[in-house]
Order: sequence, then structure tokens, then C-alpha cells
Amino acid sequence: MFDSLSDRLGKVFDRLRGRGALSEADVREAMREVRTALLEADVALPVVRSFIDSVTAKAVGAQVLRSVTPGQQVVKIVHDALVEMLGAETAELNLATTPPAVIMLVGLQGSGKTTTTAKIARRLTAREHKRVLMASLDVNRPAAQEQLAVLGEQTGVATLPIITGQQPVDIARRALQAAKLQGFDVLMLDTAGRLHVDDALMSEMQAVHREAAPVETLLVVDSLTGQDAVNVASAFTRQVPLTGVILTRMDGDARGGAALSMRYVTGQPIKFAGTGEKLDGLEEFHPQRVAGRILGMGDIVSLVERAAETIDAEDAEKMAAKMAKGEFDMNDLKAQLQQMRKMGGLGALAGMIPGMKKAQAAMAQSGMDDKVLIHMEAIIGSMTPKERAKPEIMAAKRKIRVAKGAGVTVSEVNKLLKMHMEMAGAMKKLKKMGGLGGLAKMFGGGGLESMMGGAGGTPGGAMPSMADLQKQLGGQLGNIPPNLFKK
Amino acid sequence: MSEEAQGWGAKLFSGLRKTSSRLSENLSALVTKSNLDAATLDEIEDALIASDLGPAMAHRVRERLATTRQERGLDEAGIRAIVAEEIEQVLAPVARPLEVTGFPRPHVILVIGVNGSGKTTTIAKLARRFQEEDYGVMLAAGDTFRAAAIGQLKVWAERIGVPIISGPEGGDPAGIVFDAVKKATEIGTDVLIVDTAGRLHNKRELMDELAKIRRVLGRLNPAAPHDVVLVLDATTGQNALAQISTFQDLAGVTGLVMTKLDGTARGGVLVAAAEQFRLPIHAIGVGETLDDLRPFDAGELARAIAG
Ligand SMILES: Nc1nc2c(ncn2[C@@H]2O[C@H](COP(=O)(O)OP(=O)(O)OP(=O)(O)O)[C@@H](O)[C@H]2O)c(=O)[nH]1
Ligand SMILES: Nc1nc2c(ncn2[C@@H]2O[C@H](COP(=O)(O)OP(=O)(O)OP(=O)(O)O)[C@@H](O)[C@H]2O)c(=O)[nH]1
Ligand SMILES: [Mg+2]
Ligand SMILES: [Mg+2]
Repeated sequence: MFDSLSDRLGKVFDRLRGRGALSEADVREAMREVRTALLEADVALPVVRSFIDSVTAKAVGAQVLRSVTPGQQVVKIVHDALVEMLGAETAELNLATTPPAVIMLVGLQGSGKTTTTAKIARRLTAREHKRVLMASLDVNRPAAQEQLAVLGEQTGVATLPIITGQQPVDIARRALQAAKLQGFDVLMLDTAGRLHVDDALMSEMQAVHREAAPVETLLVVDSLTGQDAVNVASAFTRQVPLTGVILTRMDGDARGGAALSMRYVTGQPIKFAGTGEKLDGLEEFHPQRVAGRILGMGDIVSLVERAAETIDAEDAEKMAAKMAKGEFDMNDLKAQLQQMRKMGGLGALAGMIPGMKKAQAAMAQSGMDDKVLIHMEAIIGSMTPKERAKPEIMAAKRKIRVAKGAGVTVSEVNKLLKMHMEMAGAMKKLKKMGGLGGLAKMFGGGGLESMMGGAGGTPGGAMPSMADLQKQLGGQLGNIPPNLFKK
Repeated sequence: MSEEAQGWGAKLFSGLRKTSSRLSENLSALVTKSNLDAATLDEIEDALIASDLGPAMAHRVRERLATTRQERGLDEAGIRAIVAEEIEQVLAPVARPLEVTGFPRPHVILVIGVNGSGKTTTIAKLARRFQEEDYGVMLAAGDTFRAAAIGQLKVWAERIGVPIISGPEGGDPAGIVFDAVKKATEIGTDVLIVDTAGRLHNKRELMDELAKIRRVLGRLNPAAPHDVVLVLDATTGQNALAQISTFQDLAGVTGLVMTKLDGTARGGVLVAAAEQFRLPIHAIGVGETLDDLRPFDAGELARAIAG
């Protein structure tokens, strides 16, 4: 399988970073790789074209070429362009209207409308103490209305009683009346899945929209969507005034291309990300984070948050200090392995830290699963303190001894050493980018400038403690629930 | 063309006709050109990318076209034809319908895929088809997780008139599929089709659960499941390749069905998949009703991709 967009752009920019001066040809070459990476990531072709054009134009400017660190400036330009395209701010639901505020969800078949309806209802109920009524207008799919009813029971959110045979517009009217009479703050309308080329169903959607006059009309899109995203987005945009997009299945390993396409074509903000089939799997969409992830910086913010839940503060500080210095020995790997198990195993960490993808590939190749984590810990346990601190001294004899001690084969020892190297490399890369401190500033609103200033970014000693880091991030992340990642 | 083929052709193209088809647009611009020069090839490559072949596969097709046809002047239809031909060559070897061959009965078909791809609906369509071929069919409601998933399959079973084995929501799917194989064996059902909850391939736990379902299916009948069908959504982009790869590794996929080809998505990722995995493609879904399942026809899809 191909590298992730992060890894790919990472490679391109690694090379650019190494250069003193940057020629127009360099920029164009990097942009060719960015183009391929974006296409592999399922960004729609017209969107890719427009993105590449604007970024190339910016990057090839004389100012860039004459600057001291042109590579970094290209990174910044691409990063900024991505953030801009994704929408610079986190978007909230707008419910400012005379109650009931109607929220209508539309989209293709199976995109996640019904599940997301219940997720939003649950969120509004629990966090904003709204009184929410849900109604399903899906008279097409077998058991669609029952599905929403069951979800209502699970979440304790009221659902409109089902009247078999009633048509969508009539259901919408009845729902609106019920919501008004019973004093609900919010009415959520779940609609049937429809193809954007299905004239009858698209007209039905318009009729419902006229009847219900929603304040929010949200297009629910699968984040695994490919090139068809432009067709879908433009058709829905044309037929109903969308106010936002929700990207579901962000818990998959999709590369995020649909996010770019959707934002670009609809012109509307992405308001939520669906991150699981369970009803707490809904998060705000953070363009900064997603752009950072796309650019190969990994989803460090998420990682830090989750780590904070499971690591005790002392360990965390040690780890942060080491990461900041770009150091990563076998003791750290061992701690990481233990951490991984605590944090939900390998799958949960996929794609979260730069270079992790490679480490993961190495793991996958060796048929590695969470049980193997324990084996790996055993291997490290069989190493001497010296070997742990300096794994490069592991010659053949030492490997044989360690393998015997841990009850594994030498090739397993080799795999572990390889994995360690990949991760150590990733840490070094992180350091080059200014360490966690640099990243924290960036996410804290300082932008990339903060890490572009000094040659090596924030020096290791200035590394904030994990607690400080969290405080710094707090402004952006204050409203994220503590159990964000728990299933 | 038979009436049926026309019917499905019409459905498949219905979406494409309504929105602008990029390949057609691009190729119209090529009519005046005398041969497949670099610019023409670029446009073909982009058009293929826009059909979800992915940049790598699109590039391979381009290279093949570049080396095989350079001298002759081609009109629009000619270019379309050679693009379609090239794609058909990749797809043709994997076109293979699902067949009921398992003996002793039942022939067990396990249906898997990511969330919302169309598994349950495809099962209903398959059941209808086997029933029309005079096979005895039974369904097993192995999705105990999603709200009303059991109810959904029950409605289909009722409409088609086939028995269904189910348990409570939140129950253990392995138990249900065991009961289903047992029952189907007892009463001599020809085909047992097993529904499963949607799951993303990168979720280890859920993939383990699938492996367990597989094992349980084989407990009473070592040959079961005879088919493990992965249902792919045509709107899915390159992630479909990761889906196939992981589901193949961890759940032993034996064949593919692609749904939702009645929209504007071309399902071009199947071309890359055919070359990379060589898994049979059994059928395609072109709508939400029981009749909207078609045998996979390589030429037809190739022509749809080529505009
Ligand atoms: N992993 C994951 N699954 C999701 C997410 N959102 C929804 N799902 C699952 O996707 C499948 C389809 O979700 P639904 O909510 O039924 O989709 P829908 O758009 O209402 O489907 P139709 O009404 O048939 O058009 C279900 O299996 C959901 O559990 C998500 O963010 N992540
Ligand atoms: N247009 C169209 N819609 C389809 C097709 N196949 C399935 N659908 C619709 O897609 C949606 C999801 O289908 P399901 O069969 O429920 O999908 P699933 O894979 O069982 O979903 P989960 O069990 O939630 O993972 C439903 O609204 C179906 O009616 C198809 O070929 N074309
Ligand atoms: Mg629904
Ligand atoms: Mg289902």
C-alpha cells in the first residue's frame, strides 16, 4: 500500500529542508509529488489542480527563492493553504432561532445520517442541556425508522412516534408541530439516503426543506469517499442550501481527501467528524489538526491528550523531554510498548505520530498484533542496560543471546531493532520541527512561524512540561470531552 | 443486447448521463488530434484518475496506451474504445458469478465489509436471485450491533419469503451463525447467507470477531464459509484497496461485490483491485430494490469508465 499523505509530503519536504536554496524546478518537483499524494489521498482532481496551482504560484515567488530557508517556507505555504482550504476555524452548530431549531441531515445512502443524527442529539442533550426531538423521514429503507427509534432509546432522546405509511413531508410537518407543542429546543430530521442524480428523491428533499425551514442543513459524507465527492457535493449544494458538512468514519484509515474536496466544493464548514459507530463517536472537526496530520506532523495533539489520560505525569515529563531532544532508546521503546497497550493497542495509535506508519508497516509485516507487544517487551527485558541505552551495539552474538533469553527467534529481535530505528528516526524528525514545544505553539495559535524562527526550533531545555503543554493547548481544546478516545 | 442487459446498462449510465462526465468532456476535446501524443495521454490519465482508478493504475494504463497505439489517428469514439479495451483486459479475468456448489449443503456465504457499504441489501438481492434459481435459501442475522439491523434483514426475509435465524440485539453473532448452520444443515437448505455488522478494517478487535465468526461457521461444516464476499461501495476511493487487502488477510475474502453503481461513481478502483488482488468480482448493485443486482460484466464497466 502507498504511504500516507503525511509520510509522502514528509519525504518531499525532508528533501527540500536539506537544501540551502530552492529553485523553481525544486518547487515544481515537490508539487508533482504533492499532487500525486493528494490524488492517492482521494482529493478530487479539480480540487487538486486548483490547490496545486495556487500553492505553486505562491511558492515560486522570488521572495521564497531568495530566502534563507526556502524549504521551510514551502512547507508553510502548503500548510497554510491546506488550513485555509479546510476552513481556518472550528465551526459550531448555529441554533440561534425561535425554537424549535430544526437540523436536517441529508446525504447518499449509507453515509451515516441516522447514526449522526443520534450522535448530535446526544451531544446537544448532554452538553448543552437542550431538549431534543428526533424524527426519521426515511420511508424507503427497511427498518430505517425503527433504527432511529432504537437509537433514541439508547440515548434517552425523544423520537417522533412512527406512523406507518406517512410520507416524508407529512412526517416533517407532524414533527414540527410536536416539537412546538411540546416545547422542544431542537428538532433533528433524519432523511433517507438518496443519490444526487435521483430527481424524485432530490425534489422530495427540497420539499421537506421548504416545510421544515431548518437552520442547519448538514451534508453527511463518508470520509472514505473518492473522486465522486465533487459530483455529490456540487449536486447537493445546488439543490438545497447547505450550512455544513459532517465527515463520518474518520476512525478509518482514510487519508482525508474527502475533507478537502467537500470543503472546497460546498464552501461550507465541516462541522463534525464521526469517529465510530458508537454514539459518543462524534468530535469537532479541527482544520489545524487535520492539516498538520496531512503535512506529516502526525496528530500530535490527539496523541498528547490521550497520553495524558493514561500516563502519569512524571513519566510524561520524562517522555516529553526525551522526545524534545530527539532521543529515543530501548528503554523508551519499552515504555512506549507498555503505553501502547494501555492506550488501546496498536490500531488506536495508527497515524497519530509521524513515522508511526512505517513502524506499523514493519509490525504488520511481522504479523504483529497486540500480543506481540508483550513479546517485544520480553526482548527488551533480556537486553543489558548498556544495550538498551545504545541499541546500535547489538551485534550477532548479542542478538542470539537476547533471542534465547526472551524465547524468540533472532529475526524477531531484528524486527524489533528495525522498529526502534524507525521510531527513533521519527523522533529526530520531530525534533527538527521544533519538538513538542514548537508544535504546541503552532497549535496554540502561533502558527508555523514559531518553529521557523530559530534554526532548530525550541531547544530541548525549553520544553514545557506535559501539564504546561496541555494548558497551552487548552484554549483550542477546552471543549473536548475527556473520554474522547474511549470506546 | 438482451432486455436485461439494456436495463442494467440504462441504470448504470443513468447517473453518468445526468452529471458531466469528465472523460467524455476531455475526449471531445481530443477529436481533432491526430495521435496519442503526451497531452492526449495526460488527459486520458486524468480522466481515469477522476474515475477512481488511482494515480498509479491510471499511469499504468496510460503507459500501455502509449506503447501500443502511437501511429494511427483516432477519433473520439476510437480513443474511447481503446481505453475501454485496455480496462476490459484487466477486468475480464476476474468476472465470475457466485455459484452454489458447496456439498454437503448448505453452501455458506459470509458477507462482510465496512459500515454502510450495502451488505444487508446485497444479501437480500442475492437471496432473491438464488431463490429464482430454485435454491432453498436461509439468512442469518449476524449483525447484532447496529440498531435495527436485525429488523432490516427480517423485513427483507419476509418480502422474499425465506427463513431467517436471528437472536437478540447485542447478542453474540457467533452463536447465531452456529445455530443457522445447524438449522440449515438439518432442513437441507441449499444456501445460507450470513449478514455481519459493518466494520472498518483497521479495527483489530472487530476483525478478530470476524475471524471468530468464520471459525464457528466451519465447526459443523469444515468447508464453510464457501464464499466470503466483501461488499464495496462504489463511491469509496483508494481506501477500497486497503479494505480488500486487510479483509483478505484477516477474513479470507474470496470475492467482491460493488454496490451503488447507479450513481455517478465509476468504481474505477476495481481496475486497480483486479490487477493487484485478482479476486473474483461477482456482481454489482445498481439500486435499492431486490432486482437491482447485476452480474459483473467487465466490458460494461470498462465502457462506463471510458465514457
Ligand atoms: N466506524 C464508523 N461507523 C459509522 C460512523 N457513522 C456511522 N457509522 C456506521 O455506518 C453505517 C451506516 O450508518 P447509518 O447511520 O445507518 O447511515 P445512513 O446514512 O442513515 O444510511 P441510510 O439511511 O441507509 O442511507 C452503520 O453501520 C453505522 O454504525 C462513523 O463515524 N464511524
Ligand atoms: N443507490 C444504491 N443504494 C444502495 C445499493 N445497495 C445498498 N444501497 C443502500 O445503501 C444503504 C446502506 O445499505 P445496507 O445494506 O444497509 O448497508 P450495510 O453494509 O448492511 O450497512 P451496515 O450494516 O450499517 O454496515 C441503504 O440505504 C441501501 O438501500 C445500491 O446498489 N445502490
Ligand atoms: Mg438512515
Ligand atoms: Mg447491514
